[in-house]
Amino acid sequence: MNVVTVEWYLALGALLFTIGALGVMLRRNVIVMFMSIELMLNAVNLVFVALARHLHSVDGQVAVFFVMTVAAAEAAVGLAIIIAAFRNRETVNADELNWLRG
Amino acid sequence: MLIEIVIAVIKALVVIQLVFGLAGILGWIERKGSALIQDRIGANRASIFGFAGAGLINTMVADPLKFITKEDVIPAGADRLLHWLAPCVNLFPAIVAFAVIPFGDVLYIGERAINLQVAPLDIGVLYILAVMSLGVYGVVLGGWASNNRYSLLGGIRGSAQMISYELPMGLALVAVVMTYGTLDLQAMARAQGEMLWGFIPAWGIIYQPLAFLLLLIAGIAESKRVPFDLPEGESELVSGYFTEYSGVKYLMFFMSDFVEVGVVAALTTTFFFGGWQVPFLTSEGFAFPGGLAIALPNLLIVLLQIGSFMTKVLFFCWLQILIRWSLPRYRYDQLMRFGWKTMLPLALANALVTAVVILAFQEA
Amino acid sequence: MHPIIFGILASLLVLSALGVVLARSPIRSALSLVVSLFLLAVTFLFLDAHLVAALQIVVYAGAIMVLFLFVIMLLNLQDDPPAKMSTALRWIAFAGGSLFLFAGIALFLNAGPGAPGMQAPVAGDFGSTEMVARQLFTKHLLAFEATGLLLLVAVVGAVVMAKRKLV
Repeated sequence: MNVVTVEWYLALGALLFTIGALGVMLRRNVIVMFMSIELMLNAVNLVFVALARHLHSVDGQVAVFFVMTVAAAEAAVGLAIIIAAFRNRETVNADELNWLRG
Repeated sequence: MLIEIVIAVIKALVVIQLVFGLAGILGWIERKGSALIQDRIGANRASIFGFAGAGLINTMVADPLKFITKEDVIPAGADRLLHWLAPCVNLFPAIVAFAVIPFGDVLYIGERAINLQVAPLDIGVLYILAVMSLGVYGVVLGGWASNNRYSLLGGIRGSAQMISYELPMGLALVAVVMTYGTLDLQAMARAQGEMLWGFIPAWGIIYQPLAFLLLLIAGIAESKRVPFDLPEGESELVSGYFTEYSGVKYLMFFMSDFVEVGVVAALTTTFFFGGWQVPFLTSEGFAFPGGLAIALPNLLIVLLQIGSFMTKVLFFCWLQILIRWSLPRYRYDQLMRFGWKTMLPLALANALVTAVVILAFQEA
Repeated sequence: MHPIIFGILASLLVLSALGVVLARSPIRSALSLVVSLFLLAVTFLFLDAHLVAALQIVVYAGAIMVLFLFVIMLLNLQDDPPAKMSTALRWIAFAGGSLFLFAGIALFLNAGPGAPGMQAPVAGDFGSTEMVARQLFTKHLLAFEATGLLLLVAVVGAVVMAKRKLV
């Protein structure tokens, strides 16, 4: 217990991922759901970097680079969609954005 | 180990004192300088036993005292935590940016070599970019926390302007990093000590003149000074994003404005004008091209280097103050158009040409 | 990293993550996320990932979260009303989350023993810009170029979405 091993980091990553997943499932504000998704992506980044250090391979950090880029692209497009939806319906509540429902 | 920590703390304290002193002096230069430019007298009411010090007492003693003793007003319906947090978040990146700026070469005290840079990071340029992008939060929070339509508008405009001008700044720095081949600012300052053709110091402005212009303009836009000060446009938005702030919080917003002027001046100096380099001064003494060499003690050399750095920084601060009182304000759409349609393509072209030239010289 | 430092960082991270998920005001949610991104960057520094830590602040905390805050300010979102979700759904969500968490931790506790390990020191420039960039431009060049293309597509898509009237 006096040495920090990789399992500690992986457990922390799993915990953050779970909190993010619960946020996506339980919150109804679309922006907060989006932020919970970003939290999940960051938990995955933490696992990547911890494993890169554990296995002494820089490929983990390269993977983090790509995850960050994809998250940036997804945030830009997603927020543009939210703004466009808000223009029509004046709401960001996921329960009320239900045009596609049959 | 303990000695290392003590030295680092002392360096940090000295730099913070320097930064606050610079902010104070810049406030005085701004008020008296603008008075000179506009053919008026400026602040001259406050004095201690008749000594007014050409406005020094007024700006550096009376003004801060006035701000500190004013009542702190928080508008009704405003988020109290964010209202208190915004000026702190605005001031923090400006001061912290000075951590990687080198003030001089190595100072030898006895056997110990002290690198005159608070944080010798090997990712110095990335740190500067990170810190400059954190400066947006102060504007965003200041605009939101005031519960005021004009502040919100000023906050939105300010944050859009700042993130738009981060791009040309980052790309100009990419060209600079390509030229020096390193991200460490101390290594960049050292690399500018070489001589071109024997008698011209190899300062960055010779290699990257366009990047210098881009960095200076983008830096002025980042610190939201005239001609890019529409977020705090006095004639349109009352005071923009810091309308509802009074007392110490207003002082912090104001101080961060001047500290950012210092940051932009320090960055321009370090990247393009040799940093702490004095022409013909090496680490042993002067070495003129004719063959004349004067040996100097290490302490004197370091003092000369620090003096040279401060002179250059003060010159660029003065230049920014001069620009402020000479140019009219950009309209918002002109500002955005300039940033995206003029500066960004220029910065990209600069990076491309730099890369091609470096590749051509490597082949040769 | 010393266990005490890890404990402090981990508890602060969990607290700020809970702040993201539980805060009523979207701005406070966003600020909690910024705090957790900062703490993650500090964790990356402890894990010898210097470039990634700097990029985390520049890209995530400096650009993506600013975009979030910008949108919240633009839409002028106020505090959320209390959610009207049925209790049964909440319990199912919690149960699923806890199941995943326990499964994840149990699996992770059997991480490979043959690896060099975190205690073994790494090369001097592990995680530096040069090393990561070298891998990025040689071994992962195709993914790098594809990511560039993805960013171009995202920019065009965002500009089209943000226009007032579609063609």
